[in-house]
Amino acid sequence: MDYEMVIGLEVHAELSTDSKIYCSCRNEFGLEVNTRCCPICTGMPGTLPTLNEKVVEYAVKMGCALGCSINRVCKQDRKNYFYPDLPKAYQISQFDIPLCENGHVDILVDGEEKRIGVTRIHIEEDAGKLLHGDSFAGSLVDFNRCGVPLIEIVSEPDMRSSREAKAYLETIRSILQYLDISDCKMQEGSIRCDVNVSVMEKGSGRFGTRCEMKNVNSFSGAVRAIEYEAARQIAILEQGGTIQQETRRWDDAKGESFSLRSKEDAHDYRYFPEPDLPTIVLEEGYVERIQASIPELPNRRIARYIRDYGLSQVEATLLVEAMDKAELFETAAAEKKCSPRILCNWLLGNISQYLNETGKTLEQTGIRAEGLTELLALIEGGKISNAVGKSVFDEMLETGKTPGEIVAEKGLTQISDESELEAVVRSVMDANGKSIEDYHNGKTNALGFLVGQCMKATKGQGNPAKMKEILLKLL
Amino acid sequence: MELYERTASELSRMLRNGECSALEIARSQLEQICRKEEQIGAYITVTEELALRQAEAVDAKRAKGEPLGLLAGIPVGVKDNICTKDVLTTCASKMLSNFVPPYNATVVDKLLAEDAVITGKLNMDEFAMGSSCENSYYKKTRNPHDPERVPGGSSGGSAAAVAAMEAVLALGSDTGGSIRLPASYCGVVGLKPTYGSVSRYGLVAFASSLDQIGPFGRTVEDTALLHSVLCGRDRMDATSVERSYGNFHEALQPEAKGLRIGIPKEYFGPGISPEVKEAVHAAAKVLEENGSILKEVSLPSTDHALSVYYIISSAEASSNLARFDGVKYGYRTENYTTLTELYENTRSEGFGDEVKRRILLGTFVLSSGYYDAYYKRAKLMQKQIQQEFEDIFQECDLLLTPTGTDTAFRIGEKLDDPLKMYQNDICTVTVNIAGLPALSLPCGTSREGMPIGMQLIGPKFEEQRLFNTARAYETLT
Repeated sequence: MDYEMVIGLEVHAELSTDSKIYCSCRNEFGLEVNTRCCPICTGMPGTLPTLNEKVVEYAVKMGCALGCSINRVCKQDRKNYFYPDLPKAYQISQFDIPLCENGHVDILVDGEEKRIGVTRIHIEEDAGKLLHGDSFAGSLVDFNRCGVPLIEIVSEPDMRSSREAKAYLETIRSILQYLDISDCKMQEGSIRCDVNVSVMEKGSGRFGTRCEMKNVNSFSGAVRAIEYEAARQIAILEQGGTIQQETRRWDDAKGESFSLRSKEDAHDYRYFPEPDLPTIVLEEGYVERIQASIPELPNRRIARYIRDYGLSQVEATLLVEAMDKAELFETAAAEKKCSPRILCNWLLGNISQYLNETGKTLEQTGIRAEGLTELLALIEGGKISNAVGKSVFDEMLETGKTPGEIVAEKGLTQISDESELEAVVRSVMDANGKSIEDYHNGKTNALGFLVGQCMKATKGQGNPAKMKEILLKLL
Repeated sequence: MELYERTASELSRMLRNGECSALEIARSQLEQICRKEEQIGAYITVTEELALRQAEAVDAKRAKGEPLGLLAGIPVGVKDNICTKDVLTTCASKMLSNFVPPYNATVVDKLLAEDAVITGKLNMDEFAMGSSCENSYYKKTRNPHDPERVPGGSSGGSAAAVAAMEAVLALGSDTGGSIRLPASYCGVVGLKPTYGSVSRYGLVAFASSLDQIGPFGRTVEDTALLHSVLCGRDRMDATSVERSYGNFHEALQPEAKGLRIGIPKEYFGPGISPEVKEAVHAAAKVLEENGSILKEVSLPSTDHALSVYYIISSAEASSNLARFDGVKYGYRTENYTTLTELYENTRSEGFGDEVKRRILLGTFVLSSGYYDAYYKRAKLMQKQIQQEFEDIFQECDLLLTPTGTDTAFRIGEKLDDPLKMYQNDICTVTVNIAGLPALSLPCGTSREGMPIGMQLIGPKFEEQRLFNTARAYETLT
């Protein structure tokens, strides 16, 4: 039987506000344990929360960006459960009236656009972290993360493959970046997700029983978790079994999920309205003001790149998805020293490759629009070859010198002078009589070899197109 | 007359006139505490050194001619569910037997800013749950008018301390009558302020939507003075209300003439002792003779108030008290190997029976499947009760009722019957449900010599009217 996956995602994104959601502690990651917390975010007796209005603003921004309707009057609720990283024993969240509802995200998979429904976006506080280690017995708890503001973005079960899920996650991340409301640092856990998966008979439209997987901390992990879970469910169904609704824990290192609790054991969170916080009421014009402040979002930018720069949809999507690349692309293109085409090729080619190899961010490399366009202009103007350009690029990154300086210092300028090149060609021909014979005997790849020899003779500086032309003439 | 016997207003005047020093007041007060404490048991912690230090600081200020705060040199006791920096704050629970907060409640900061002298932390029912002060883990506080009787609760220590002159003023907290009932039983004045007028920051929460800190005094003027210091918007408490509160003690003037006083008939039903009814009716008559207009009115939802109160307050309490889990502070069981055992044993050993009863009740009414039938319905009924009060205040300036159903009962008398104990709150809980201000003041004594209290209920933020009417009655009797 053919099966189809049904996937829904709950994305938790930490917001990059200056202070935490209910107290004035700095909202910073990676500091010494228990140095970024206070009596309020650690829920000491008698302390009270007061809402950081920036959190509402950021959440409404995301809501506007995803086309949600914004609830101008909404409340916060307590979600009650015991865990040592939750010092109040309840999380302040939103239950039945979230700040934003009924939006969507358009994703692109294999050149096809698909609309994924967004059920809701609500605000809530993050919990602390338990620490386990070999150097101490038991568990320790770090409260630094308590009260870090989160938005939870809940999708409809609209995704049908792990690739769609990945595209959805990447699009969400890219929108968060464009809105500048989250650091989006996966390795620091600033985006986490819970994955809901079920399988159904292909084309039946009847959803199967779903399982929720927690502890998914990377997009590639999400893909693995989805594939694993779908396979697990299909195997059960194939053996005539039934799927039990349950919550499972994904162990990415093992590549397996484990049952956490069944539906019967599901927590009763006893949600009720948070009495310490007044109703959130967005004043007249608030949503409109936020809406007006939304920058150009990825989808619009992709369309513009296709229209204005002649990029393909795939190229535009790849560029736009990583906001730093897109920003560099635009700044560089605006200088009009080189074509958008070569810029795009380099950003998605040599530069992306360099970033992947070194694990650096674009900002860390020190690549600036000015140097890049100067380099690409040299290539496009025929001053240096593409191959020389690449070594100049490496040298730029290493030394911080401008392309002009490097080319001048090393005498790398491309030779295009006809008579100079003809002399080179002639000496190569003299030394390679066998290849000339081969060429005349119909072995056309001998021509490539001869051009290569000419390049070698000019230490890469000869204009290959011109030398080929001269070769053909003389042959 | 000893210094500790005087009112805050008198002491203030004497201090300013140089008739006594703050240190003399403090010493006189501390000596009285020594004399009475064994019999009364009002304090969990007496902060003798702190009090003397504060008194010396006041005298130093005085010597330098610096301006003095409103409560300069006045001994004030603080209920033990209000956080005091570096001073044990137990909520009368074993659970917090070692809890020393690193911060002050906003009201404590306010007391200190007005140069008050803090005498210590006062006994109460555990986590403010109770009507007799018998639910304290530490001690039973006795009624100064009869040591065999309870002082009322939950702020029993506060009321008893003020009545036994172990403090000139005291802070209490009132969730369903916890200031007014003990004020009534001990024959002192107590105010439950409008919800949102006094910051709750640093008050260990029982039921967040109902809790309010308020003042106790032996006179209306003293109570008004303390309230002037307590109220005001606090940015640390999102439920506190921004408005101009005024100085209640300065604006205090007897006021009875032309006042429309509603007498809600539901508060004079068969559950109220004839003696209490008689005394409150007599008080009404005094006001009427001095120009007030009495009107019999009806608040039909009163019958549901007790259920509404126990559902809402227990629901919130079950969540508020969940943080006492033995992980970060307070009591932790020694008897555990797993996390669940740590939670279960800590909470089983750390909480008393009444607290457990409320947590269970609150957990139940919030559970899925029961939420709509209990919590949601209670919240709807709360709206109805609020509306009834709003309507009635269209035709009345304030309401007059008994504070308790009877005078103080004997220690142990109702301990085995929680429902009977809950009935004590029947006249007071509606005020918290509606968020209104109410003041209890003495209106005579029973044949057995126990104080009887009457309750004045006003519209939101009309504390001044309550003080003025109470002051009128006080002057007339």
